[in-house]
Parts: sequence; C-alpha cells; structure tokens
Amino acid sequence: MIPELGNFALILALLVAVAQGTLPLAGAALGEPRLMALARPAARAQFLLVAGAFACLAASFVSNDFSVVNVATNSNSELPLHYRFAATWGSHEGSLLLWSLMLAGWTLAVSIFSRHLPPPLLARVISVMGLVSVGFLAFLLFTSNPFERLVPAAPEGRDLNPLLQDPGMVIHPPMLYMGYVGFSVAFAFAIAALLGGRLDATWARWSRPWTTVAWAFLTIGIALGSGWAYYTLGWGGWWFWDPVENASFMPWLTGTALIHSLAVTEKRGAFKSWTVLLAIVAFSLSLVGTFLVRSGVLTSVHAFATDPARGVFILVFLAIVIGGSLALFAYRAAKVGFGGGFSMVSRESMLLANNVLLVVAMASVLLGTLYPLFLDALNLGKISVGPPYFDAVFYPLMAPALFLMGVGPVARWTRAPLPELWVRLRWALGVAVAAALVAPFVLGRWSPLISLGLLLAFWIFASTAETLRARLAGSPRRAWIARLRSNSASYYGMLLAHFGLGVFVVGVTLVKGYEIERDVRLEPGQTVNVGDYEFRFVGVVPGPGPNYRALIGTVEVRKDAKLLETLHPEKRMYNASGQTMTIAAIDIGLRGDRYVSLGEPVGAGGADNAAGAWAVRIYLKPFIDWIWGGAFLMALGGFLAVSDRRYRLAIRRRTAAGWTDARGGAPAD
Amino acid sequence: MKPRTRRIGWIVAGLALLGVATALVLNAFRSNLVFFFTPTQVAAHEAPQGRAFRIGGLVEAGSLTREPNSLTVHFRVTDTAQTIAVSYTGLLPDLFKEGKGVVAQGTLAGDGTFHATEVLAKHDENYMPPAAADAVKQAHEAMSTRTLATTRGAHP
Repeated sequence: MIPELGNFALILALLVAVAQGTLPLAGAALGEPRLMALARPAARAQFLLVAGAFACLAASFVSNDFSVVNVATNSNSELPLHYRFAATWGSHEGSLLLWSLMLAGWTLAVSIFSRHLPPPLLARVISVMGLVSVGFLAFLLFTSNPFERLVPAAPEGRDLNPLLQDPGMVIHPPMLYMGYVGFSVAFAFAIAALLGGRLDATWARWSRPWTTVAWAFLTIGIALGSGWAYYTLGWGGWWFWDPVENASFMPWLTGTALIHSLAVTEKRGAFKSWTVLLAIVAFSLSLVGTFLVRSGVLTSVHAFATDPARGVFILVFLAIVIGGSLALFAYRAAKVGFGGGFSMVSRESMLLANNVLLVVAMASVLLGTLYPLFLDALNLGKISVGPPYFDAVFYPLMAPALFLMGVGPVARWTRAPLPELWVRLRWALGVAVAAALVAPFVLGRWSPLISLGLLLAFWIFASTAETLRARLAGSPRRAWIARLRSNSASYYGMLLAHFGLGVFVVGVTLVKGYEIERDVRLEPGQTVNVGDYEFRFVGVVPGPGPNYRALIGTVEVRKDAKLLETLHPEKRMYNASGQTMTIAAIDIGLRGDRYVSLGEPVGAGGADNAAGAWAVRIYLKPFIDWIWGGAFLMALGGFLAVSDRRYRLAIRRRTAAGWTDARGGAPAD
Repeated sequence: MKPRTRRIGWIVAGLALLGVATALVLNAFRSNLVFFFTPTQVAAHEAPQGRAFRIGGLVEAGSLTREPNSLTVHFRVTDTAQTIAVSYTGLLPDLFKEGKGVVAQGTLAGDGTFHATEVLAKHDENYMPPAAADAVKQAHEAMSTRTLATTRGAHP
C-alpha cells in the first residue's frame, strides 16, 4: 500500500510540475498576473508530493518491504536502521528521487525567500525549475520507478553495497546533490533573465546568494566523498581523477568561475553574457555528472545500450536542456551584452583571466573523462586516461590561477596601476618566497614542486592578509574594531574562502611531497620503522559485527619508544553479499595522519590463517587533513558570504530599484 | 589605450592562453594514454615493449602463488584463449579472486611476463571490469566452439 501511495504521489507531482513549468511562464509572457501567481502554490504542492513519495520509499526501506524491487536489491533485514534509511538513496532509482526532492526543496526555498522578486521574474524562475522537474519525474516514472513491485516478494534483500555502509556515505550524496541541484536556481535565473531580456546588477544580486550556497554545498559534498575514499577504499588516496569524481569536479570548477563572474556582474555590471553562459554550463555539467554516474555508462558504454529506454531518455533530456538553453543564449546574448569597460590590468581582467583558466581546466577534465567513452562507444579501442594526464594538465593551469587569486582582491576595479600593485604586494611576495625556500628544509627534503606549492599557498595567505590590512589601515587606532565591523559579511566570506584554498594547497603540496607508503609483510609481534615512527603488529583476532564478521588487527604506533596510539584496522566479510571490505585505522593529527590497513593473510597456511603473518599497508600522510579542512573553510566562507545583510535589503528595495518588467508589473502576492 | 587596441589585446591574450592550454592537453594526452590489450593480442605481439599498458581477463583458477617472505605474487590472466603470466608486488585489492575478472597495468618483460605496477578489481562482487569482460568476449567470438564453462576448467 505504501509504495502505491508513493507512486501515486510521484504521478501527481509530475502533473503539478507540468502545470508549474508552463502556466506561470505563459503568464509572464502574456502579462497575466493570475497565471504568474500559480508559481508559488505549485512549488509548494510539488514539494509536498515529492517529499511524500520520498517518505514512502524511506518507509519501505525501514520496514524491510522486500516486495519492492528497489528495496530487495539494495537492503537487507540485518542492515542497521540508519543504513536502511540511507539505502533509500543508495540505488539509481532512489538517488534520482533524492535529486527530485532536492529540486523541489530548492524551488520551495526560492518561492519563500524570493517572494519579493518582480512577479514575472519569479514566475519564470519557478517555471524553469518546474520544467527541469518534469524531466526528472518523467525519467523516474517511465524508466526507473523506485516503487516497482516484485512478485513474489523476496524473502530477504540482497544488501546495500558494503562500501556505502558508512557514515560518510550517508551524508555525501545529499550534500553533493544539494550542490548539483542548487545550480538549477542559478540556471533558472539565467534562463528567466534571457527570456525577460533584462539582466543587470540587481539581477546578479538576486541570483548570487543561491549560487554561492549551491557552490558551498558542492564543496562539502566533494570533500566528504574524497574523505570517504581515503578511509574506506583502504589505499590512502584522496583523489583518483576517477570519472565519478570528475563528474562532480567539473560543475565545481564552473561554479567557482560563476560565483566570481556574478560578483563582477553585481559590482560593475560587466561580464553579463559570460555569467549567463557559465550558469547554463554549470547546471548542464551537473546534469551530465548525475547521468554519467547514474546511468551506468561509466561501468560500460555497452551497458548503456542494453537499456535503450534510459539511455535514449537521458540523451534526449540533456539535448533539450543544454541545447535549448544554449540556443536561447545564442538568440538573446547580444541583447544582454557583455557590459562594462576595463583596462588590461584591473580586478575585472584578473577575474576574467581566472574564469578562463577555470573553464579551460574544466574542459581538460571533460576531455579526459569523455574521450575514453567516445572511443569505446565507437569501438575504436580501449584506453584509459589516468592521473598522470590530469596532473600534467591541471597543475600548470591552476598555478597561474592561484597567483592571480592573490592579486585580484588587491587590484582596483576598472584600472589597477602596476606600480601600486607592486608596492602593496611586494612584502606578500617576500613572505611567500621566504616560506617557499625555508619551509622545505624545516620539513625535510627540498623539491621544486614542494617549493612551488608552498610559494603559492603562502602567496595566498600573505596577499589575503594584505587585503584585510588595507581595509583596516588609515583609521585611528581605537576605531579599528568599528572598522572591522563595517566590512560586509560577504567580504569576510571571500577572505575565508581564499584562506581555505591556501590551506588546501598546503595540504596537497605536503602530502604529495612527503608522504611515505610502505606495503609490508608482518608476523605477529614484528615491528617496522616508517619515517620517525615504529609500528608493532600485535596480531589479528576475529570480532563480531551487526551484519558482518570482522577480523580486527592491532597495531601499536610508537615514537621514541613512547606509545602514541593503538590502531585497529579491520577486514569485514558481509553476511548477505559475501563481499569483503577493508577498514583502515587512522591516527589523525594536524601535522599528519598515520594510516594502517590490512591486506590479506600471507603466512603459512594461506589465506585462512588469520593468526599468522599479514600483508599490511603503513602510510604516513603529512598534513593530509588540511585538504579537507581547507575545503570546509571554503564552504564556510561561502555560507558566511551569503549571510550578508545586503542580500536581504536588496530584496526589499526592489521597487526602489525600479525593477519592473515591461509586461506584467502587477504584484502577484 | 584605445578601445580597439584593448580589444585586440584581449583577443591576443585569450588566444595565447588557449594555445598554451591546447599544447599542454595534447602533450599530456599523447604521453599519458594507457592502451588496453587482451591476452590474445599480447600473445600475437601486438602490445608495445617497454611502454606501460593494461591487460584484462580472468585470473586463472589455481594459478595464484605467493613468494615466501615477500609480498610478491604470481598469477596468470586468461581470456580463455591465451594466458599471460603476471607478477606483482604489493597488496591485492579485496575483490581479487581466482576465476574473477581483473585488470592490471604494467609493462611486458623480455621473457613474456607482465610486470604489473597496479592491479585493479572493481567495487562490486557481481561486477566484472568491462575491459576484462570484453577480453573474454572477444576471445569467445574468435573461437566460438568452446564454452566458458569448459575453458575455465581447461587450464588446471
């Protein structure tokens, strides 16, 4: 009964989405306030219906209803309650339903927080989001119904993939989707502006907080995924340039370009058509990413062809959304214009250069991700494009971007005289150079890449400090607290995010430069020295688990004969699927992690002799937590920026700004 | 600066940046692509000597041996038509099992042994790496008289 209710709610949601996607849009075109006024109630109704469907699916998972195919294939009665709930979005169907729920949630948020927008703009924004929702709900209902029944019901479920039975995996997909789907708001604003033919600084101010929030969520989502890979895949890497990761990284790169481009559009009225294009591209890449990961095309191009309904639907949907919006862009961009004039050396030019670098980097990732798929699809051979390609392309593109990031906030708008930049930044450059030369010797070994990485990181720290100093300088000494307060929250958000990127660069540089990875064979009682640490392998004993059997190892970590930490890496055999999982044990520290994971028994007696010798990975990962710490600081910066008062004021002052559409100025609510 | 000169300046700067990026990408592409070969292709000397490539197929049942007191393992990868001896030093992934699909990256030594630097077995029990599955499929198409069931047992 519950699954049928969910199915029914989804069907109703699709009908509401069709109405939401067409009527307010028609109302905005005809200047008909009553049609435009449908936007907000439709958004609310759609959210309730999709949330209802989602709750029904979650209830089926929690209550072990194995008469639902989706539950039977992705859950198991032994699975702990919180993982049964998380299994709701563990499958293709469930994750698409989560996507739809997020979309309905963002639409609801727009309808609540942007109700003071000019009615035609609000109607168009909510309509565009409704149209995207039509695509997703139709895809769910016609090709990937999460409520499909299994007759006869299975006595037991096949279990959730053990890799997903992890707290990180419970929150990673919702965070990532908050980001992906959040870009739909920026997209909808862009399309609405193209349709309305009006795009200016006020528009950018409305669109900006939504984009920044989406970007911040995406940042957290990617960081969580990276952290999850680090501790569950058992081999201590934090980024593999895997297509699944690239799928989330491409929208992030474009989104980063977009939030900077929006800043210029808001402050200077420039980059207008570029901003709109980025908004379209960011959301298009979110769609491509969702489908790359979820359609199975990465597993095998040919699996895509074995289920033609899904494949064709996806391609048609992508063609309509991306092709349609780009066509609209081509048709209207000239009317929108680029806007604003500026000199070769100015804050605008640096932001533009950074934008171009980010987009080129995104394109190189796209090429490396899709090229093997194309070759394979056309039967031209199998190739793989691995980390060496991405490293070779990505670092040279990002180094100048990081350098410009230090100059940009210091440079003036319109025209920044070079001598002034030099005077203001020379000490920052000095600090960076000094740190790059000295720090490697303090930490150990010198290498050009370590120096370059630290140079860029300290350049960002020092120039960020200089930006702040300049803002506070020139005021009487006692007034500096008042001065500190007079700066906007979005300004501090920017500083914090830039600082976070510096922290991230430190982490990446030092991990790449100084990590030590040792795979060793250890008898119980044997010790091995790695770096400054001594690791003693005590042995492996069996242990219990809720839905698995575990083999738990014990490894003591000592430094200078002093016991620092006792680590317990695990090997888990899941009952339902028979799958094995390696759980690493990590001694976390600000200056670096000590990482131990179990391979397999390699002693006499072979693989069944758990009490004998084991293959063990022992890794030292200096400063690795700075990578995720930096990412969280960036996201925090994003949230801080959005808390800025002017976004709230901007909404109230809309009539003062005179932002009324030629057709349909009448307020709808 | 006149607007016209400025615009030209922008265009030149943009083109220069794109040129550098294209050069980087093409260069990186040329030197970092890893090609895939099936055991049959390797046996026919189609694979390059001295350059890294990937092989895929099934880990032949009963072929896994371990050197005492080290982490070096030897096994054979088969596409059911041809087999290649593989050696690897390090920890094998959780899903590495005899009779299951595997993809290995490395170089071919003069004696015909494949020295793997990386062994990949993917995330799911029921899932065979596509490259491995393809190698087996291709071999089957080449000699359609034998079935998978018999060939799996054919190499003791």
